[in-house]
Amino acid sequence: MQIEFTHKQSAHCENGVVSNLMRHNGFDISEPMVFGIGSGLLFCYIPFLKVNHAPVVTYRAMPGFIFNRFAKRVGIKIKREKFSNPESAKARLDENLNKNNPVGLQVGVYNLLYFPDEYRFHFNAHNLVVYGKDGDNYLISDPVMEQVTTLTEKQLEKVRFAKGAFAPKGHIYYPTSFPEKLELESAIIKGIKQTCREMTAPFPIVGANGVKTIAKLIRKWPKKKGAKVANHYLGQIVRMQEEIGTGGGGFRYIYAAFLQEASQVIGNDKLKELSKEMTQIGDNWRDFAVNASRIYKNRSAQDDAYNKVADELEAIGNSEAAFFKKLKKAI
Amino acid sequence: MKKEEVPQDKGLLDSAQTKELTYAVDENGEYTTELSSGWDPKTIALSNAIKDIEERVALAKKRVENKETSPIEYYMELHKMDLPILSSYVGLWQWRVKRHFKPKNFQKLNQKTLEKYADVFDISIEELKHIP
Repeated sequence: MQIEFTHKQSAHCENGVVSNLMRHNGFDISEPMVFGIGSGLLFCYIPFLKVNHAPVVTYRAMPGFIFNRFAKRVGIKIKREKFSNPESAKARLDENLNKNNPVGLQVGVYNLLYFPDEYRFHFNAHNLVVYGKDGDNYLISDPVMEQVTTLTEKQLEKVRFAKGAFAPKGHIYYPTSFPEKLELESAIIKGIKQTCREMTAPFPIVGANGVKTIAKLIRKWPKKKGAKVANHYLGQIVRMQEEIGTGGGGFRYIYAAFLQEASQVIGNDKLKELSKEMTQIGDNWRDFAVNASRIYKNRSAQDDAYNKVADELEAIGNSEAAFFKKLKKAI
Repeated sequence: MKKEEVPQDKGLLDSAQTKELTYAVDENGEYTTELSSGWDPKTIALSNAIKDIEERVALAKKRVENKETSPIEYYMELHKMDLPILSSYVGLWQWRVKRHFKPKNFQKLNQKTLEKYADVFDISIEELKHIP
Protein backbone atom coordinates (compact mmCIF):
# COMPACT_ATOMS: atom_id res chain seq x y z
CA MET A 1 0.00 0.00 0.00
CA GLN A 2 1.13 3.51 -0.59
CA ILE A 3 -0.03 6.66 1.12
CA GLU A 4 -0.32 9.79 -1.01
CA PHE A 5 2.67 11.67 0.38
CA THR A 6 4.66 14.58 -1.00
CA HIS A 7 8.38 14.29 -0.43
CA LYS A 8 10.09 17.63 -0.10
CA GLN A 9 13.83 17.76 0.45
CA SER A 10 15.07 19.73 3.41
CA ALA A 11 18.43 20.63 4.88
CA HIS A 12 17.95 18.98 8.23
CA CYS A 13 16.24 15.65 8.88
CA GLU A 14 14.18 16.48 11.96
CA ASN A 15 12.79 19.78 10.63
CA GLY A 16 12.17 18.07 7.32
CA VAL A 17 10.18 15.22 8.80
CA VAL A 18 8.04 17.62 10.83
CA SER A 19 7.56 19.98 7.91
CA ASN A 20 6.60 17.12 5.56
CA LEU A 21 4.23 15.51 8.09
CA MET A 22 2.59 18.88 8.74
CA ARG A 23 2.12 19.49 5.04
CA HIS A 24 0.62 16.03 4.68
CA ASN A 25 -1.95 17.03 7.29
CA GLY A 26 -2.82 20.24 5.48
CA PHE A 27 -0.58 22.77 7.25
CA ASP A 28 1.99 24.46 5.07
CA ILE A 29 4.89 25.04 7.43
CA SER A 30 8.39 25.63 6.10
CA GLU A 31 11.51 24.01 7.44
CA PRO A 32 12.94 27.26 8.88
CA MET A 33 9.62 27.85 10.67
CA VAL A 34 9.80 24.46 12.38
CA PHE A 35 13.43 25.08 13.27
CA GLY A 36 12.86 28.57 14.68
CA ILE A 37 9.67 27.83 16.62
CA GLY A 38 11.26 24.68 18.00
CA SER A 39 14.29 26.76 19.16
CA GLY A 40 16.58 24.54 17.14
CA LEU A 41 19.54 26.90 17.08
CA LEU A 42 22.18 26.36 19.72
CA PHE A 43 25.83 26.04 20.34
CA CYS A 44 27.02 23.60 22.92
CA TYR A 45 30.32 21.99 23.74
CA ILE A 46 29.86 18.66 25.46
CA PRO A 47 32.88 17.94 27.65
CA PHE A 48 33.92 14.42 28.64
CA LEU A 49 32.25 12.93 25.58
CA LYS A 50 34.11 11.82 22.48
CA VAL A 51 32.61 10.82 19.15
CA ASN A 52 34.90 9.39 16.47
CA HIS A 53 37.72 9.99 18.96
CA ALA A 54 37.21 13.76 18.98
CA PRO A 55 35.41 16.24 21.26
CA VAL A 56 31.78 16.95 20.54
CA VAL A 57 30.20 20.29 19.76
CA THR A 58 26.66 20.71 18.55
CA TYR A 59 25.07 23.56 16.66
CA ARG A 60 21.48 22.59 17.40
CA ALA A 61 19.12 21.37 20.08
CA MET A 62 18.99 17.75 21.25
CA PRO A 63 17.29 15.26 18.91
CA GLY A 64 13.54 15.29 19.42
CA PHE A 65 13.46 18.64 21.23
CA ILE A 66 12.69 20.64 18.11
CA PHE A 67 9.51 18.72 17.31
CA ASN A 68 8.38 18.62 20.95
CA ARG A 69 8.73 22.37 21.41
CA PHE A 70 7.21 23.09 18.03
CA ALA A 71 4.20 20.91 18.81
CA LYS A 72 3.65 22.45 22.22
CA ARG A 73 3.95 26.00 20.91
CA VAL A 74 1.62 25.72 17.91
CA GLY A 75 -0.84 23.49 19.74
CA ILE A 76 -0.59 20.11 18.05
CA LYS A 77 -0.28 16.79 19.85
CA ILE A 78 2.26 14.12 19.01
CA LYS A 79 2.45 10.50 19.96
CA ARG A 80 5.87 8.97 20.56
CA GLU A 81 6.66 5.36 21.29
CA LYS A 82 9.77 3.27 21.85
CA PHE A 83 9.96 -0.49 21.87
CA SER A 84 12.02 -3.15 23.55
CA ASN A 85 11.51 -5.72 20.82
CA PRO A 86 11.57 -5.34 17.03
CA GLU A 87 8.36 -7.36 16.42
CA SER A 88 6.09 -4.95 18.27
CA ALA A 89 7.92 -2.00 16.70
CA LYS A 90 7.19 -3.42 13.26
CA ALA A 91 3.58 -4.22 14.18
CA ARG A 92 2.95 -0.62 15.29
CA LEU A 93 4.50 0.72 12.09
CA ASP A 94 2.38 -1.55 9.87
CA GLU A 95 -0.73 -0.70 11.85
CA ASN A 96 -0.21 3.01 11.13
CA LEU A 97 0.51 2.47 7.46
CA ASN A 98 -2.69 0.44 7.20
CA LYS A 99 -4.54 3.40 8.69
CA ASN A 100 -3.05 5.61 5.97
CA ASN A 101 -0.91 7.43 8.49
CA PRO A 102 2.67 8.23 7.45
CA VAL A 103 4.98 8.20 10.49
CA GLY A 104 8.34 9.60 11.51
CA LEU A 105 11.05 7.22 12.65
CA GLN A 106 14.32 7.81 14.44
CA VAL A 107 17.06 5.65 12.96
CA GLY A 108 20.80 5.01 13.05
CA VAL A 109 22.82 6.04 10.03
CA TYR A 110 25.45 3.29 10.05
CA ASN A 111 23.29 0.70 8.30
CA LEU A 112 21.37 3.09 6.11
CA LEU A 113 22.41 1.57 2.82
CA TYR A 114 21.28 4.36 0.52
CA PHE A 115 23.81 6.72 2.15
CA PRO A 116 27.30 6.80 0.60
CA ASP A 117 29.77 4.69 2.61
CA GLU A 118 31.71 7.78 3.65
CA TYR A 119 28.69 9.13 5.47
CA ARG A 120 27.83 5.98 7.36
CA PHE A 121 28.90 6.61 10.94
CA HIS A 122 27.38 5.44 14.19
CA PHE A 123 25.07 8.41 14.46
CA ASN A 124 21.69 7.50 15.87
CA ALA A 125 19.62 10.64 15.65
CA HIS A 126 18.61 10.59 12.01
CA ASN A 127 14.94 10.94 11.08
CA LEU A 128 12.86 9.78 8.15
CA VAL A 129 9.25 9.17 7.14
CA VAL A 130 7.76 5.82 6.15
CA TYR A 131 4.81 6.38 3.84
CA GLY A 132 3.91 2.93 2.60
CA LYS A 133 4.89 -0.63 1.92
CA ASP A 134 5.35 -2.46 -1.34
CA GLY A 135 5.72 -6.21 -0.75
CA ASP A 136 8.79 -6.58 1.45
CA ASN A 137 9.90 -2.98 0.85
CA TYR A 138 9.07 0.00 3.01
CA LEU A 139 8.69 3.27 1.11
CA ILE A 140 10.99 5.84 2.65
CA SER A 141 10.98 9.61 2.42
CA ASP A 142 14.32 10.70 3.84
CA PRO A 143 14.23 14.51 3.99
CA VAL A 144 17.93 15.01 3.26
CA MET A 145 17.71 12.98 0.02
CA GLU A 146 16.55 14.45 -3.25
CA GLN A 147 14.41 11.42 -4.09
CA VAL A 148 12.31 8.93 -2.13
CA THR A 149 13.82 5.49 -1.60
CA THR A 150 13.05 2.06 -0.12
CA LEU A 151 14.34 -0.25 2.61
CA THR A 152 13.57 -3.93 3.12
CA GLU A 153 11.94 -5.10 6.37
CA LYS A 154 15.25 -6.41 7.58
CA GLN A 155 17.18 -3.25 6.68
CA LEU A 156 14.62 -1.05 8.40
CA GLU A 157 14.69 -3.17 11.53
CA LYS A 158 18.46 -2.86 11.67
CA VAL A 159 18.47 0.94 11.54
CA ARG A 160 15.54 1.23 13.97
CA PHE A 161 17.42 -0.87 16.49
CA ALA A 162 20.88 0.58 16.07
CA LYS A 163 22.86 0.67 19.32
CA GLY A 164 25.14 3.17 21.00
CA ALA A 165 24.53 6.76 22.15
CA PHE A 166 20.93 7.95 21.50
CA ALA A 167 19.89 4.41 20.49
CA PRO A 168 16.54 4.85 18.72
CA LYS A 169 14.88 1.73 20.20
CA GLY A 170 12.39 1.66 17.36
CA HIS A 171 11.27 5.21 18.15
CA ILE A 172 8.14 6.08 16.14
CA TYR A 173 6.28 9.40 16.22
CA TYR A 174 3.44 11.19 14.49
CA PRO A 175 1.04 14.06 15.11
CA THR A 176 -2.34 12.96 16.45
CA SER A 177 -4.43 16.09 16.76
CA PHE A 178 -4.39 19.58 15.34
CA PRO A 179 -6.01 22.88 16.30
CA GLU A 180 -8.24 24.62 13.74
CA LYS A 181 -5.60 27.24 13.22
CA LEU A 182 -1.97 27.14 14.28
CA GLU A 183 -1.01 29.82 16.80
CA LEU A 184 2.02 30.96 14.88
CA GLU A 185 2.57 34.46 16.33
CA SER A 186 2.87 33.47 19.96
CA ALA A 187 4.79 30.34 18.97
CA ILE A 188 7.39 32.40 17.08
CA ILE A 189 7.91 34.74 20.02
CA LYS A 190 8.28 31.86 22.47
CA GLY A 191 10.71 30.14 20.13
CA ILE A 192 12.87 33.24 19.70
CA LYS A 193 12.88 33.98 23.42
CA GLN A 194 14.15 30.55 24.31
CA THR A 195 16.90 30.69 21.68
CA CYS A 196 18.01 34.10 23.01
CA ARG A 197 18.05 32.74 26.55
CA GLU A 198 20.12 29.72 25.58
CA MET A 199 22.56 31.56 23.36
CA THR A 200 23.32 34.14 26.05
CA ALA A 201 23.31 31.65 28.94
CA PRO A 202 25.95 32.38 31.58
CA PHE A 203 27.62 28.98 31.32
CA PRO A 204 30.99 28.45 29.68
CA ILE A 205 29.89 25.59 27.44
CA VAL A 206 26.58 26.89 26.05
CA GLY A 207 25.75 29.50 23.44
CA ALA A 208 28.11 32.37 22.64
CA ASN A 209 30.22 31.50 25.69
CA GLY A 210 30.58 27.97 24.38
CA VAL A 211 31.97 29.32 21.10
CA LYS A 212 34.58 31.29 23.02
CA THR A 213 35.47 28.25 25.12
CA ILE A 214 36.13 26.22 21.97
CA ALA A 215 38.29 29.08 20.65
CA LYS A 216 40.38 28.83 23.83
CA LEU A 217 40.70 25.07 23.46
CA ILE A 218 41.83 25.36 19.83
CA ARG A 219 44.77 27.52 20.95
CA LYS A 220 45.90 24.78 23.31
CA TRP A 221 45.43 21.76 21.03
CA PRO A 222 48.61 21.89 18.90
CA LYS A 223 50.88 21.97 21.97
CA LYS A 224 48.86 19.69 24.15
CA LYS A 225 47.74 17.08 21.62
CA GLY A 226 50.19 17.34 18.73
CA ALA A 227 49.47 18.35 15.17
CA LYS A 228 47.74 15.15 14.09
CA VAL A 229 45.16 15.06 16.86
CA ALA A 230 44.65 18.83 16.77
CA ASN A 231 43.86 18.64 13.07
CA HIS A 232 41.49 15.75 13.60
CA TYR A 233 39.65 17.75 16.31
CA LEU A 234 39.45 20.81 14.11
CA GLY A 235 38.13 18.72 11.21
CA GLN A 236 35.43 17.31 13.45
CA ILE A 237 34.26 20.79 14.44
CA VAL A 238 33.93 21.78 10.80
CA ARG A 239 32.09 18.56 10.02
CA MET A 240 29.56 19.14 12.79
CA GLN A 241 29.12 22.66 11.47
CA GLU A 242 28.78 21.95 7.78
CA GLU A 243 27.90 18.30 7.29
CA ILE A 244 24.59 17.39 5.70
CA GLY A 245 21.70 18.71 7.65
CA THR A 246 22.88 22.14 8.73
CA GLY A 247 21.86 24.04 5.61
CA GLY A 248 25.25 25.75 5.77
CA GLY A 249 27.02 27.76 8.45
CA GLY A 250 26.04 25.54 11.36
CA PHE A 251 22.26 26.19 10.96
CA ARG A 252 22.83 29.96 11.02
CA TYR A 253 21.41 30.38 7.49
CA ILE A 254 18.26 28.40 8.31
CA TYR A 255 17.82 30.61 11.34
CA ALA A 256 18.25 33.73 9.23
CA ALA A 257 15.60 32.36 6.84
CA PHE A 258 13.33 31.82 9.85
CA LEU A 259 13.80 35.41 11.07
CA GLN A 260 12.95 36.70 7.60
CA GLU A 261 9.76 34.64 7.39
CA ALA A 262 8.86 35.46 11.00
CA SER A 263 9.18 39.19 10.39
CA GLN A 264 6.33 38.90 7.87
CA VAL A 265 4.15 36.68 10.04
CA ILE A 266 4.32 38.87 13.14
CA GLY A 267 4.83 42.11 11.21
CA ASN A 268 8.10 43.12 12.81
CA ASP A 269 10.59 44.82 10.48
CA LYS A 270 13.39 44.62 13.01
CA LEU A 271 13.53 40.87 12.51
CA LYS A 272 14.19 41.39 8.83
CA GLU A 273 17.22 43.53 9.60
CA LEU A 274 18.40 41.00 12.15
CA SER A 275 18.00 38.26 9.56
CA LYS A 276 20.61 40.04 7.45
CA GLU A 277 22.91 40.22 10.42
CA MET A 278 22.46 36.51 11.09
CA THR A 279 23.35 35.79 7.46
CA GLN A 280 26.57 37.73 8.02
CA ILE A 281 27.33 35.63 11.11
CA GLY A 282 26.69 32.51 9.01
CA ASP A 283 29.18 33.83 6.45
CA ASN A 284 31.72 34.26 9.25
CA TRP A 285 31.23 30.64 10.24
CA ARG A 286 31.85 29.65 6.63
CA ASP A 287 35.06 31.69 6.56
CA PHE A 288 36.16 29.99 9.74
CA ALA A 289 35.58 26.61 8.04
CA VAL A 290 37.63 27.66 5.01
CA ASN A 291 40.56 28.79 7.15
CA ALA A 292 40.37 25.74 9.38
CA SER A 293 40.42 23.51 6.31
CA ARG A 294 43.64 25.16 5.17
CA ILE A 295 45.21 23.89 8.38
CA TYR A 296 44.01 20.30 8.24
CA LYS A 297 44.38 20.01 4.48
CA ASN A 298 48.15 19.79 4.74
CA ARG A 299 48.00 17.89 7.99
CA SER A 300 50.70 20.21 9.24
CA ALA A 301 50.39 22.69 12.03
CA GLN A 302 51.78 26.03 12.98
CA ASP A 303 50.65 27.49 16.27
CA ASP A 304 50.13 30.72 14.45
CA ALA A 305 47.48 29.30 12.15
CA TYR A 306 45.60 27.82 15.09
CA ASN A 307 45.65 31.14 16.88
CA LYS A 308 44.26 32.79 13.78
CA VAL A 309 41.22 30.54 13.49
CA ALA A 310 40.75 30.79 17.25
CA ASP A 311 40.66 34.58 16.92
CA GLU A 312 38.02 34.24 14.23
CA LEU A 313 35.94 31.98 16.42
CA GLU A 314 36.24 34.32 19.35
CA ALA A 315 34.97 37.16 17.17
CA ILE A 316 32.02 35.00 16.13
CA GLY A 317 31.29 34.28 19.79
CA ASN A 318 31.26 38.00 20.54
CA SER A 319 29.01 38.86 17.62
CA GLU A 320 26.56 36.08 18.52
CA ALA A 321 26.41 37.31 22.11
CA ALA A 322 25.63 40.83 20.87
CA PHE A 323 23.20 39.54 18.27
CA PHE A 324 20.99 37.58 20.65
CA LYS A 325 20.84 40.48 23.10
CA LYS A 326 19.54 42.64 20.26
CA LEU A 327 17.11 39.96 19.12
CA LYS A 328 15.70 39.67 22.62
CA LYS A 329 15.01 43.40 22.68
CA ALA A 330 13.45 43.33 19.21
CA ILE A 331 10.50 41.15 20.20
CA MET B 1 25.72 33.34 1.53
CA LYS B 2 24.37 34.42 -1.84
CA LYS B 3 22.60 31.92 -4.03
CA GLU B 4 25.26 32.02 -6.73
CA GLU B 5 27.94 31.46 -4.09
CA VAL B 6 26.56 28.09 -3.00
CA PRO B 7 29.57 25.84 -3.55
CA GLN B 8 29.41 23.22 -6.27
CA ASP B 9 32.66 21.38 -5.57
CA LYS B 10 33.06 17.70 -6.13
CA GLY B 11 31.78 15.98 -3.00
CA LEU B 12 31.22 12.47 -1.76
CA LEU B 13 27.49 12.40 -2.40
CA ASP B 14 27.80 11.50 -6.08
CA SER B 15 27.59 7.77 -5.44
CA ALA B 16 24.15 8.24 -3.85
CA GLN B 17 23.03 10.44 -6.74
CA THR B 18 21.90 13.19 -4.46
CA LYS B 19 22.84 16.73 -3.55
CA GLU B 20 22.30 18.53 -0.31
CA LEU B 21 20.04 21.44 0.37
CA THR B 22 21.51 24.73 1.59
CA TYR B 23 19.89 28.05 2.46
CA ALA B 24 21.01 31.16 0.61
CA VAL B 25 19.89 34.67 -0.29
CA ASP B 26 18.69 35.51 -3.82
CA GLU B 27 19.31 38.76 -5.73
CA ASN B 28 16.40 40.48 -3.93
CA GLY B 29 17.71 39.58 -0.50
CA GLU B 30 15.00 36.94 0.00
CA TYR B 31 15.88 33.57 1.48
CA THR B 32 15.64 30.58 -0.82
CA THR B 33 17.17 27.12 -1.09
CA GLU B 34 19.78 25.81 -3.47
CA LEU B 35 21.29 22.37 -4.01
CA SER B 36 24.99 21.93 -3.45
CA SER B 37 27.07 19.07 -4.82
CA GLY B 38 29.75 19.55 -2.19
CA TRP B 39 32.17 21.94 -0.56
CA ASP B 40 35.91 21.35 -0.32
CA PRO B 41 36.47 22.41 3.31
CA LYS B 42 34.10 19.73 4.53
CA THR B 43 34.97 17.12 1.93
CA ILE B 44 38.59 17.37 3.09
CA ALA B 45 37.51 17.06 6.73
CA LEU B 46 35.43 13.98 5.92
CA SER B 47 38.18 12.40 3.79
CA ASN B 48 40.68 12.98 6.60
CA ALA B 49 38.33 11.31 9.06
CA ILE B 50 38.02 8.31 6.72
CA LYS B 51 41.80 8.14 6.33
CA ASP B 52 42.11 8.24 10.07
CA ILE B 53 39.83 5.23 10.39
CA GLU B 54 41.77 3.37 7.71
CA GLU B 55 44.96 3.99 9.66
CA ARG B 56 43.34 2.70 12.82
CA VAL B 57 42.19 -0.44 10.99
CA ALA B 58 45.66 -1.06 9.55
CA LEU B 59 47.23 -0.59 12.96
CA ALA B 60 44.73 -2.95 14.59
CA LYS B 61 45.46 -5.55 11.92
CA LYS B 62 49.17 -5.36 12.61
CA ARG B 63 48.57 -5.72 16.31
CA VAL B 64 46.46 -8.82 15.72
CA GLU B 65 49.23 -10.31 13.59
CA ASN B 66 51.74 -9.53 16.35
CA LYS B 67 49.39 -11.18 18.85
CA GLU B 68 49.05 -7.94 20.79
CA THR B 69 45.29 -7.86 20.47
CA SER B 70 42.42 -10.10 19.36
CA PRO B 71 40.53 -9.87 16.04
CA ILE B 72 37.62 -8.31 17.94
CA GLU B 73 39.48 -5.01 18.13
CA TYR B 74 40.27 -5.20 14.42
CA TYR B 75 36.64 -5.74 13.48
CA MET B 76 35.57 -3.01 15.88
CA GLU B 77 37.78 -0.50 14.07
CA LEU B 78 36.69 -1.84 10.70
CA HIS B 79 33.08 -1.09 11.61
CA LYS B 80 33.96 2.47 12.73
CA MET B 81 33.04 1.54 16.30
CA ASP B 82 34.62 2.39 19.61
CA LEU B 83 34.43 0.51 22.91
CA PRO B 84 31.10 1.99 24.15
CA ILE B 85 29.40 1.33 20.81
CA LEU B 86 30.66 -2.24 20.50
CA SER B 87 29.77 -3.04 24.09
CA SER B 88 26.26 -1.75 23.51
CA TYR B 89 25.87 -3.87 20.36
CA VAL B 90 27.04 -7.13 21.97
CA GLY B 91 25.28 -6.34 25.23
CA LEU B 92 28.34 -6.84 27.44
CA TRP B 93 30.02 -4.50 29.92
CA GLN B 94 32.86 -2.46 28.47
CA TRP B 95 35.42 -4.04 30.80
CA ARG B 96 34.43 -7.47 29.54
CA VAL B 97 34.79 -6.46 25.90
CA LYS B 98 38.15 -4.94 26.75
CA ARG B 99 39.22 -8.24 28.30
CA HIS B 100 38.26 -10.02 25.09
CA PHE B 101 40.81 -7.86 23.26
CA LYS B 102 43.53 -9.86 24.98
CA PRO B 103 44.50 -12.77 22.69
CA LYS B 104 44.77 -15.11 25.68
CA ASN B 105 41.21 -14.37 26.81
CA PHE B 106 39.91 -14.43 23.26
CA GLN B 107 41.19 -18.01 22.85
CA LYS B 108 39.13 -19.09 25.85
CA LEU B 109 35.84 -17.54 24.70
CA ASN B 110 32.91 -19.94 24.48
CA GLN B 111 30.85 -20.50 21.35
CA LYS B 112 27.96 -18.38 22.56
CA THR B 113 30.04 -15.25 23.12
CA LEU B 114 31.90 -15.71 19.87
CA GLU B 115 28.57 -15.93 18.12
CA LYS B 116 27.47 -12.63 19.66
CA TYR B 117 30.50 -10.88 18.23
CA ALA B 118 30.19 -12.61 14.85
CA ASP B 119 26.54 -11.51 14.63
CA VAL B 120 27.38 -7.90 15.38
CA PHE B 121 30.05 -7.85 12.68
CA ASP B 122 27.85 -9.87 10.32
CA ILE B 123 30.51 -12.58 9.76
CA SER B 124 31.00 -16.27 10.59
CA ILE B 125 32.85 -17.43 13.70
CA GLU B 126 35.57 -18.77 11.43
CA GLU B 127 36.06 -15.28 9.96
CA LEU B 128 36.05 -13.79 13.42
CA LYS B 129 38.91 -16.03 14.48
CA HIS B 130 41.02 -15.48 11.38
CA ILE B 131 41.16 -11.98 10.00
CA PRO B 132 41.67 -11.61 6.24
